[in-house]
Amino acid sequence: MNVIGRAGIQQAPTPLPPLPPGRRAGLTFAEAGAAALGALAANKLRAALTALGIFIGVAAVIVTVAVGAGARQQVLSQIQSLGANLLLVWGANVRMGGVSLGAGQRPNMSWDDAQAIPREIAAVEAAAGTIRQQMQVVNGNQNWSTWVNGTDSAWFTAHEWVVAEGRFFSEEEASGGRKVALLGATVAENLFGEDNPVGREIRIRATPFEVIGVLGRKGQNPMGQDQDDVVVMPYWTARRSVMGASRAFARSVGSISVKVAEGEDMAAVEEELRAFFRQRHRVAANEPDTVNIRNLSEIAATRDASARTLSLLLAAVAAVSLLVGGIGVMNIMLVSVTERTKEIGLRLAVGARRADILRQFLLEAVLLALLGGAAGVAVGIGLAYAMSNFGGWPVLIQWDAVALAVGVSGLTGLFFGYWPARRAASLDPIQALRHE
Amino acid sequence: MPPPDRGAAQAHGVNRPGDDAPGDPPLIEARGLSRHFPSGEGVVKALDGVDVTIRPGEFVAAMGPSGSGKSTFLNLIGCLDQPTSGTYRLAGEAVGALPPERLAEVRGEKIGFVFQSFHLLPREDALANVMMPMMYRGIPPRLRRERAEMALERVGLKERMRHTPSQLSGGQQQRVAIARALVCGPELILADEPTGALDSRTGLEIMALFQALNRAGVSILCVTHDADVAAFTGRTLRFRDGRLFEDERHAPVDAAAMIGVPFA
Repeated sequence: MNVIGRAGIQQAPTPLPPLPPGRRAGLTFAEAGAAALGALAANKLRAALTALGIFIGVAAVIVTVAVGAGARQQVLSQIQSLGANLLLVWGANVRMGGVSLGAGQRPNMSWDDAQAIPREIAAVEAAAGTIRQQMQVVNGNQNWSTWVNGTDSAWFTAHEWVVAEGRFFSEEEASGGRKVALLGATVAENLFGEDNPVGREIRIRATPFEVIGVLGRKGQNPMGQDQDDVVVMPYWTARRSVMGASRAFARSVGSISVKVAEGEDMAAVEEELRAFFRQRHRVAANEPDTVNIRNLSEIAATRDASARTLSLLLAAVAAVSLLVGGIGVMNIMLVSVTERTKEIGLRLAVGARRADILRQFLLEAVLLALLGGAAGVAVGIGLAYAMSNFGGWPVLIQWDAVALAVGVSGLTGLFFGYWPARRAASLDPIQALRHE
Repeated sequence: MPPPDRGAAQAHGVNRPGDDAPGDPPLIEARGLSRHFPSGEGVVKALDGVDVTIRPGEFVAAMGPSGSGKSTFLNLIGCLDQPTSGTYRLAGEAVGALPPERLAEVRGEKIGFVFQSFHLLPREDALANVMMPMMYRGIPPRLRRERAEMALERVGLKERMRHTPSQLSGGQQQRVAIARALVCGPELILADEPTGALDSRTGLEIMALFQALNRAGVSILCVTHDADVAAFTGRTLRFRDGRLFEDERHAPVDAAAMIGVPFA
């Protein structure tokens, strides 16, 4: 059957009516995007493999930044749990007859030193003298070896403790040496399990104590010690009932926790404290200090800095992988331009301007990179959650890093796609049409 | 066989270069059109001093062996290339000296190309292929589709507009390409060996389609090395060694008649 002949004769084709002028010259963004997507869809496997480089880069950025931020977050919360603006004072090495006894072996600070600090140094908000000793704590047939602290109520302020159940001890209980105690979460769990210990009785060295509260959970400190493995009671209670006060050390404390008021210079307060103890202990000018002072947040800050360095290093590795991914995009775009030379020639012949061709190929590269980036975001976030849920890693997803990674992957496509697109746009239509 | 009067009418319709009002600008007016390429020490004169005038509504063949300059002529007429010297006016507009971006627009507005190897986008269906040129002119999608359907109807392929090139025969593919060339309503269709990749019967069908379009007023310039193809046109320009050495008007052979199928 002769379709054309019939169409030709019967319809005696009138030319199409004149085409109205277009709204503008050139492709819209959406049209160029649709064309680019179509081209990518035609080569799905190749597009996927090319995007893989960007995908791995972005996923790596997101996971490493999340792990790094998680580690830093953990360090920061440990600093918080130690108590902010906290200086810890304890006895320095003591020499007796030429023999070093080691730091803190021989108590050389007293309850009265601790009481005097806030009065003498204006920048100090609270100071709590503490004695601590490892002891066996018993509830019925359960027993647990833990650190028993005898201290001042200022200690709760200084170390930023909260009560989960019950209450702190009162001034009367403290000064009266009443047999009351608060349990750390670990101790409460080991002695009472699921039960509420408040109002129950525990025994330490055969002395019964009433549990008046359970402390809120703090977790590990930066040194890896369980801060919740603790029993706290008033200083005078500890002195009289469990620590066995010898006459010589009847008022001694092992350490003093000094809480510096918000906004004060920690280093300056540390110096004032040093001077305070030299004067109070009557240390001669040529003698060493009798106390050590440690700023715990400084230790934590050092760890924070090392966590930061690590995450920077990981981010650099991720950036290199993005770069490699970008080169992959450029490579495949060059292949694509060569393969589609005829198509480019045709488009130029039917009225595409060089700008249209440039836009189409550039958009293709950017879309390719962005698709890789989007997949990278999805998998990166998934991996970060998996590491946190199944691996127990501290992970914190940084949404600004996610946005940055996507942005950078788009820019990678733009940067590495420009040259191939430029090449496509500068093809000579005659040569391109003849290309085989 | 078609009735003889129809054939005569066609012959008249195909070739009436003198019928235009004297005031109408010629469709193509080339004066001293030359294209030289530097080559080694010398210069290759691919096209050298061609003068030609083509009026609207003509169906012209540019003939010659390879290297004769006919393809260079087509490239210049099609605004794909710029002349080394000489002037070229397309529908009254001097396009010889336009910058490349403007030339692209002229191509889109005034010229429809038909190639030997069709040059269809293999992934797209016939409709999308025909719609494609309008995209570059900012025609709204609905109008694009409407026009593309009209153009496919003109070439008898409306029923197959959803077929991709691989699902169409060579002749059908070339008809899609012709629809694509028609869709923007060009002043001139440039066909470069349009039957070169087709068997002779399908080639006849394509030439019949061109003749039908020409009768309806479409101007066509067809480059070919084949005298049989040139015979379907109303005027043959013969090129040799870059020069136009013969410009002959003749009565066209009716391609539809030669197919030998009686028409309803």
